[in-house]
Amino acid sequence: MDLKTYRTHVLVCAGTACVSNESLVIKEAFEQELRKHGLEKEVQIIGTGCNGFCERGPVAVVQPDDVFYQRLSKEDIPFLVEEHFLKGRPVEKLMYFPEADERPIPKMMDIDFFRHQRLVVLRNRGRMDPEKIDEYIGFDGYTALAKALTSMTPEQIIEEIKTAGLRGRGGAGFPTATKWELCRKSTGNIKYLICNADEGDPGAYMDRSILEADPHAILEGMTIGAKAVGAHHGFIYVRDEYPLAVNRIKKAIEQALAYGLLGKNILDTGFDFEVDVVRGGGAFVCGEETALMASIEGKVGRPKSRPPFPVEKGLWGKPTNINNVETWANVPIIIRRGGVWYSTLGTKESKGTKVFSLVGKINNSGLVEVPMGITLREIIYDIGGGIPGGKKFKAVQSGGPSGGCIPENLLDLPVDYEELTRVGAIMGSGGLIVMDEDNCMVDVALYFVAFLSEESCGKCTPCRVGLQRMHEMLTAITEGRGEEGDIERLENLSATIQDGSLCGLGQTAPNPVLTTLKYFKEEYIAHIRDKRCPAGVCKALIQFSIDEEKCTGCGVCIRACPVDAISGEKKQLHRIDENLCTKCGSCHEVCKFEAIVIE
Amino acid sequence: MESVQQVVDKYGGLEAGLISMLQDIQRDKGYLPEDDLSMIASRVRVPLSRLYSLATFYKAFSLVPRGRHCVNVCLGTACHVRGGARLLDKLERDLDIKPGETTGDRRFTLEAVRCVGCCGLAPVVVIDDNFHGKLNQKSLEKVLKSYE
Repeated sequence: MDLKTYRTHVLVCAGTACVSNESLVIKEAFEQELRKHGLEKEVQIIGTGCNGFCERGPVAVVQPDDVFYQRLSKEDIPFLVEEHFLKGRPVEKLMYFPEADERPIPKMMDIDFFRHQRLVVLRNRGRMDPEKIDEYIGFDGYTALAKALTSMTPEQIIEEIKTAGLRGRGGAGFPTATKWELCRKSTGNIKYLICNADEGDPGAYMDRSILEADPHAILEGMTIGAKAVGAHHGFIYVRDEYPLAVNRIKKAIEQALAYGLLGKNILDTGFDFEVDVVRGGGAFVCGEETALMASIEGKVGRPKSRPPFPVEKGLWGKPTNINNVETWANVPIIIRRGGVWYSTLGTKESKGTKVFSLVGKINNSGLVEVPMGITLREIIYDIGGGIPGGKKFKAVQSGGPSGGCIPENLLDLPVDYEELTRVGAIMGSGGLIVMDEDNCMVDVALYFVAFLSEESCGKCTPCRVGLQRMHEMLTAITEGRGEEGDIERLENLSATIQDGSLCGLGQTAPNPVLTTLKYFKEEYIAHIRDKRCPAGVCKALIQFSIDEEKCTGCGVCIRACPVDAISGEKKQLHRIDENLCTKCGSCHEVCKFEAIVIE
Repeated sequence: MESVQQVVDKYGGLEAGLISMLQDIQRDKGYLPEDDLSMIASRVRVPLSRLYSLATFYKAFSLVPRGRHCVNVCLGTACHVRGGARLLDKLERDLDIKPGETTGDRRFTLEAVRCVGCCGLAPVVVIDDNFHGKLNQKSLEKVLKSYE
């Protein structure tokens, strides 16, 4: 194990968000500076999977000291290396400062964002190099596979998963053991296994991070599942928009093959299992299992009616067991530590943990893993640090386009499949998008309906045409052309789309509209009756003007305006010509004095 | 660059490999030329209409040539609530094209894409394979200048 031969390790995040902030350049700078001081044999630099605290990227953690450095740039590195590693003085100015606090929090595990999390699926994030199988093995990797292949029968594996109470993490929450059992009992010599990594929900990126941070855990989970259901061939269907994830999983497959942990005669037990990676073509509906299988077969991804379910007739008509990335990543630790241990985490009906991507109007955006049963308030305020800029919380959107918007008075709701469904949202794959007072809920509903009408495969008329009509009605409302009765018409149309669609996309498509209607009806009424957008978002209903008290006449907005709609002499009050203004918001973005008023 | 024949062979000439073949050609050439589609159809023994349906169903494919740089504005939910649409408006205005179109000088192709999975950095614009996060209209302008 590499980790044991150095006195100190610097774990530089190499997840997509940090890489786009030049974390690889920073990693190189670290290596260069360490060589300069002759420390390269004492301090090791490791590029890890997503650390989770994307808001503060690029981040690096020094172990065993547990010192968390954030928002690094390559210019910081010479000073940091000299101070921390040569002189033994951790650098305060690069540490995490909580908002309005003058003292930093040096240790990662003392930071609120990390302190309240419970890592099960993401246990290896940020502590090992995902491209090295030896490091995964060093953290007990593949011991669950050895246990499952050498000392457990398929029935015992399924029983362990049942005891754990694991439910599908792709959104619907179907009990995993039940699915495996059905697939095991299906007749046929050839069976297939699929890992659904077509993470399509906008605002959700946990599957991507798991693939990038711990690809071997997915392979190990799939191989255990293969033995349980009796499959010898598996597919990982992953979005082509995730190039790093595709590369990491391909590399992991090569390494596992070379180590005899995948392929023919795994661990000399006589069990064969091979895995292929299939890249998606960029269609949201392919996250639906029957559409996904059509896509693997090289066809257009249109869902089929169920039954027959994939466990009976799936890929190429053979029994197929399909689970989502996060579900697979849970399997090894359940087998290793036992279903009883796992079932102690979570609520009565929802066991274990859930990974969420906490994004939108939130101070600490990033990837968090929490035990089921934690409240939304704890996630948003204790971990997420609340809303930036002193703004007021309005809603949190859970479950992607199939989910709903949850208002403030329901924030004490525990995160649990049944509880979230009860309020009209769903657990979904795990995107939590926080919205503040500046977000218009009618606009949000329109956003999701626009998304879904574009992504509808077109097979079922209520979904294809119904969503278009809904899109037109919502557009009219946001443009001030709404009429009395629109709300009732939206509700009626929603019921038709739900009842008349074959797959989950159509059946859940009206959820964003229905939940915003349920919890934010007054905003719809303001748009329809008063022709007013209270949040100041819908362009046709707002006007830009300049606050005479606050304007200093600095001229920044004049230069920013793309249509020359703002005029005024230096140090004199500026004015916006309403006839020219296109409401693009450029002036609002650049004004440092909050003098641009949107009404 | 691989020839069409090589691409077909790489996936065993099988129907199940059709999407992968199209992806490889799209990546190499930036679009799917009609001749290439005809050749795949005859080699894999499927009607050309089948390839047309794949090429128009999946977002990853284009039937017309692209610009030198593909500007993908993320309109995922996190980017939407943090002003992604304003960035798209600005690009439409400055480049004078709509999503899916290419500028006259073939410098940029503009696309509006769904979530690219970088929500922590919202709003995000992906140009070619580079992610640019936490943008506003002004900083986007600077970013664009670095692509010739």
